[in-house]
Amino acid sequence: MYRYDSYDQAMVDARVEEFRDQCRRRLEGKLTEDQFKPLRLMNGLYLQLHAYMLRVAVPYGTLGGDQMRALADIAEKYDRGYGHFTTRQNIQYNWIKLEDAGDILADLASVEMHAIQTSGNCIRNISSDHFAGAAADELVDPRPYAELLRQWSSFHPEFAYLPRKFKIAVIASTTDRAAMKLHDIGIRIVERDGEQGGELGAQFYVGGGMGRTPMIAPCINEFVPLDRLITYAEACLRVYNRHGRRDNKYKARIKILVHELGAEEYTRQVDAEYAHMLDQGVEPPFAELERIRTFFADPEFRAADEASASNEPAKTASEPAFQRWVRRNTNPHKAPGYVSAVISLKPVGGIPGDATAEQMRLMADLAERYGFDELRVMHTQNIVLPHVHQSDLPAVWRALDGAGLSTPNLDQIGDIIACPGLDYCSLANARSIPVAQKISERFEASGKGEALGELKLKISGCINACGHHHAGHIGILGVDRKGVENYQLSLGGSEAEDTALAKITGPGFSEEGIVDAVETAADVYLRERTEGERFLDTYRRIGMTPFKEALYG
Amino acid sequence: MADPVTHSDGPQSDGQGHNSGLLRYRDDKAASHAAVTVDAFVDQDDALAVRIEPGDEARELIPHLARVKLVEVNFPAFGDGRGYSAARILREAGYDGELRAVGDVLVDQLAYMRRCGFDSFDPDAPLDAGDVEAALARWPDVYQSAADDRTPIWTKRHA
Ligand code: HEM
Ligand code: SF4
Repeated sequence: MYRYDSYDQAMVDARVEEFRDQCRRRLEGKLTEDQFKPLRLMNGLYLQLHAYMLRVAVPYGTLGGDQMRALADIAEKYDRGYGHFTTRQNIQYNWIKLEDAGDILADLASVEMHAIQTSGNCIRNISSDHFAGAAADELVDPRPYAELLRQWSSFHPEFAYLPRKFKIAVIASTTDRAAMKLHDIGIRIVERDGEQGGELGAQFYVGGGMGRTPMIAPCINEFVPLDRLITYAEACLRVYNRHGRRDNKYKARIKILVHELGAEEYTRQVDAEYAHMLDQGVEPPFAELERIRTFFADPEFRAADEASASNEPAKTASEPAFQRWVRRNTNPHKAPGYVSAVISLKPVGGIPGDATAEQMRLMADLAERYGFDELRVMHTQNIVLPHVHQSDLPAVWRALDGAGLSTPNLDQIGDIIACPGLDYCSLANARSIPVAQKISERFEASGKGEALGELKLKISGCINACGHHHAGHIGILGVDRKGVENYQLSLGGSEAEDTALAKITGPGFSEEGIVDAVETAADVYLRERTEGERFLDTYRRIGMTPFKEALYG
Repeated sequence: MADPVTHSDGPQSDGQGHNSGLLRYRDDKAASHAAVTVDAFVDQDDALAVRIEPGDEARELIPHLARVKLVEVNFPAFGDGRGYSAARILREAGYDGELRAVGDVLVDQLAYMRRCGFDSFDPDAPLDAGDVEAALARWPDVYQSAADDRTPIWTKRHA
């Protein structure tokens, strides 16, 4: 895991002091609310329906046990005892007082954390593959590149007032677990034949996004050499900062610029800027990338056949509930004898992504005891223990089960992504959380969840699409119909390597009606599927018509 | 802690006395030429000062930099960040004359503006001197290179 040196620490500490000073000037009336707003946003503070919300950055979703414990302490000390993990691998607190914000940032800084650039029209926290450094299918660990980008983008003087927010994701596997092509910039680390064997480089996808005009990013460069990564990113950003639209905030994201110019013309402009920048000294020394890589070296894995360190009774391993959890919630690991274990924050009828302080501490304990002290936040609002020895799984499961954290539903219909919606968000048209709760309860009661297999359901409370509904196998969008909450259903989206945008089925549904509609769509799949097909595969094969007939016929 | 950007060369008040809010971080005398638009500047051989608006193409000035005494970059609203790129582009092209941020220039943007190459500021509303000093001394180091001469952290680490 990356750890701060005195430079990193000094920068974060300076930021805390800067923010305290800004709060003081706001209170003294030297800053108007309009002037203060972008400053607090760049420190993650939003004003929401009931209170301030604070978004804390978890760079590329990786955190240590000590950091998870600090998040638990903050939840207890300054919030109502819980926090909410988000689709951008961050955590949000929904009940924060402005007076406490400076102290919270100081508490975070003491464990090498911050809320820098988690909001505002700047480069946001860099996200990555939640199985990075563990997945059997990755080329290399993508996080060193994400960390280099984190440093480059932190307090970047030219790009603090972009036309709109800017989100970057980095992966290094052909499997996409980070919705890479739905980011402003998606980077995939790839290998090509070089003079001395395989040579690594970065593929750049630019101009993807969700929101009201969802777009899948086109690839604008197949191979940027690693010792030019930052220069190329800087060129992409400069073209956007200069030419992105500022006349209409709904057209201000880079996806609109790339779309209006055309990917070819945008690429030409980036190439021209890049050529100009090559001798401007933008690129970090390559030794820095090498230094960062040492932080992400493999931990000392045990032998595959070594016995568990726990005293969990042997019979646990034969319990059906345990076996189901292992089948569903673990992912193949590159080291023999290991898996990545997913801790579900999606209990039946619960609030997707919420965790209490006690749950956070338990997760930290398990990481410390069985997982080399490392945790990950998934963009699907769950937590991962990336490196768990198989012999320790019974003990891990037993502990999770006792804390309501063992729901075996990874990537199933109960594993819903939902935005805060009308329960918290001032932009919402409709509630998202209660719909998620009702759907997970419905499918638990009918027992169909397991039979449905992989089925990704995503809910947003308005067109801003924080809940990724465009990318759901089934997507739900809350709209306002003459003052009444109404829900549009869409099918066929994907945020994986086969990225696709979902299509709307037809007229929307009431809150009760949408739960029935999801069940109807699921039933069409169960009826029509052939051996081995997922919901998404069946939809792609048979098209929208059979679903429409069942829903509206 | 590294040297903050406020070294011996500033700030000074404007000798002309016509603008009490002007902050300068240069040793030479403040230019007092009237700034013209980019289009006018390119057409008039005798113009010495130019004002860049957010939508202007800063690179049009590059062939004419030898005669420029003052470039003003206007920030009609502080949230419009195009002027930061314009400033860097001119510095990258070798311009070493006065580069002045004018308009909605606030204390919390000063440090970033300095890093992008601005060396004078003419804000619409005067800034508190103490706040300016604190803002410019805030950052012990910088992560990335820009138009100033500060050494980024990633270079210091491997020096
Ligand atoms: C509750 C306060 C929130 C507010 C006011 C808010 C606001 C917005 C807005 C206005 C957009 C559209 C931006 C655009 O298209 O230019 C957006 C997009 C997005 N937000 Fe939120 N959001 C909130 C919470 C969240 C949460 C909790 C998450 C994560 C679970 C999240 C993740 C995202 C994502 C992933 C997108 C869409 C992807 C994109 O196009 O960038 N937001 N949000
Ligand atoms: S999608 Fe809309 S309702 Fe949901 S959090 Fe985003 S802005 Fe709020």
